[in-house]
Amino acid sequence: MFQSPNFQTLSSEIITPTATDVERALDKDRLQLHDLAALLSPAAEPYLQQMAVRSANITLKRFGRTTQLYAPIYLSNYCTNRCAYCGFSADNLIKRKCLTLEEVEKEAAILHDRGFQHILLVSGEAESAVDVEYMEAVALRLRNKFAAVSIEIQPMSTEHYMRLFEAGITAVAVYQETYDRDLYKQVHLSGKKSDYDYRLETPARVAQAGMREVGIGALLGLADWRAEGLAIGHHLNWLRKEFWSTAFTVSFPRMRPAAGEFEPLQLVSERNLSQLIFALRLFDQDVGLIVSTREEERYRNGMLGLGPTRYSAGSCTAPGGYGDSDSEGEQFSVGDHRSLDEVCTMIRNKGFDPVCKDWDREFQISN
Amino acid sequence: MLTIAGTEFRSRLFLGTGKFSSPSVMAEAIAASDCQMVTVALRRVNLDDPDDDIMKALGLHDYTFLPNTSGARDAKEAIRLAHLARAASGSSWLKLEVTPDPRTLLPDPVETLLATEQLVKDGFIVLPYMNADPILALRLQDAGAAAVMPLGAPIGTNQGVLTDFQVEIIIEQAKVPVVVDAGIGAPSHAAYAMEMGADAVLVNTAISVAGDPIAMAAAFAKAVEAGRTAFVAGMGQKSKQASASSPESGMLSSDLGFLN
Repeated sequence: MFQSPNFQTLSSEIITPTATDVERALDKDRLQLHDLAALLSPAAEPYLQQMAVRSANITLKRFGRTTQLYAPIYLSNYCTNRCAYCGFSADNLIKRKCLTLEEVEKEAAILHDRGFQHILLVSGEAESAVDVEYMEAVALRLRNKFAAVSIEIQPMSTEHYMRLFEAGITAVAVYQETYDRDLYKQVHLSGKKSDYDYRLETPARVAQAGMREVGIGALLGLADWRAEGLAIGHHLNWLRKEFWSTAFTVSFPRMRPAAGEFEPLQLVSERNLSQLIFALRLFDQDVGLIVSTREEERYRNGMLGLGPTRYSAGSCTAPGGYGDSDSEGEQFSVGDHRSLDEVCTMIRNKGFDPVCKDWDREFQISN
Repeated sequence: MLTIAGTEFRSRLFLGTGKFSSPSVMAEAIAASDCQMVTVALRRVNLDDPDDDIMKALGLHDYTFLPNTSGARDAKEAIRLAHLARAASGSSWLKLEVTPDPRTLLPDPVETLLATEQLVKDGFIVLPYMNADPILALRLQDAGAAAVMPLGAPIGTNQGVLTDFQVEIIIEQAKVPVVVDAGIGAPSHAAYAMEMGADAVLVNTAISVAGDPIAMAAAFAKAVEAGRTAFVAGMGQKSKQASASSPESGMLSSDLGFLN
């Protein structure tokens, strides 16, 4: 199993690189982990422009003038975990709701009509509300409507992931939140999620189950983002070697205002976030990089084509929020409020093709 | 004229349709390339939707439509997609891609051969994307492939025909047309493949991500034509020794004139 490197070691590795190390990394075609450390280090800050250019060129060559689009559907905000930073945390007095299968279909129909072909099903972590049977039933109802259905729910066993793959789920995202084991304990106060290792091993179980794509990431605002970036690099490296036929993506959720009034422990500026994205692109030329509507319109417009390959659009983070705009109990408030059409127009104006369909259910559905 | 499975092609340049900035730029580039065969990833289109952006922009009547199974990681998936494509488009042409490694997108020789065998039985015109392995080319040919498509370099790399040593053997041995696919990053690479005797080349990234894809498509058209003409004209042998372009004839014969 993947052994997460000691976070203190990572933290020192991203402080020591010099400008020479950064320049050496920028000259390379195939970067190693110490090159990633250099690009994440403070010494790389003056090189942000050069990193952007390299990142844009690599992304263009590998992904072309295209950006994929998707939308989340929030199924449920019930949660049995107490996580200091999350709006869904069991302690928070928000209105709780778990969509019925009919309600899920209604939300899905709205997104389908808007033009979405890739959707991401999201929920809080509560087995009593959202378990494998419920997810299977949802997948079976949605799979004929969409080209790709992904999930971001509680970690599951390999067997359960296999069942969901059979039911039509294509990809699974599971973020470690922080790779800092000590801090992880401090912010995950109770619930299943407080088991650091079970969560860390989840991407491997997903890949083992045959899922096409696995998404990893860290919540930015908890530990030092530079060390998190290096930890992601380690994790990605290990996953690549173990599961050579699985595609991987990395997301960059920056902490947004949410219920619970948790103050980020670290401020991650837009320049920091950009450095992290460029560094990972230079480190791994093929990994999908996702920037969600957590980020503001101005930032997402600016970053288009520079490294990210996938954007969400028109997102609502409360269960039932597409059909009923008065729905309460959102996970966080979004930063980019534009509709899919508006985001597509922006993408086209920048000379890129907004891609809503880049998969087909026929890949995995045999009956 | 190039003939594949009984269909004649005036142009020996095939185009891929991925990575373009818009369906209209794609359509203009295809028109500028004067190509007659275009390949489309099934994952990108809704064949049963008459309003599909890419299919509408293509205006299929002008081209032989070559759907591809990009994204398939084994024979089973590729076969399923192929049947779906034929049911929706009515065309039996298929560019078979089985690429289990999403990173390099290198083709799986074992699954590609298995899928070719099955799809030929099912009545498809199969053009398999393959690594530049001469024996595999022969095996695919024996399995009934209508052409073979060895790669010049991994897809999207623009590295040129790095596999030329192997491609030359494939060209020499194959009875079916050889289409060099993937890795061709510049018109000179395309010309080089054609000079070697390739029957056609397939180009995508080099055109779609060029500064001006439409002008680049036209440049490729010229390069492919030049390379083909040169091949047909008969290329001079490569030699390590210099030889004058205007040999002083007479000298040799006089020198050795004493020989019987």
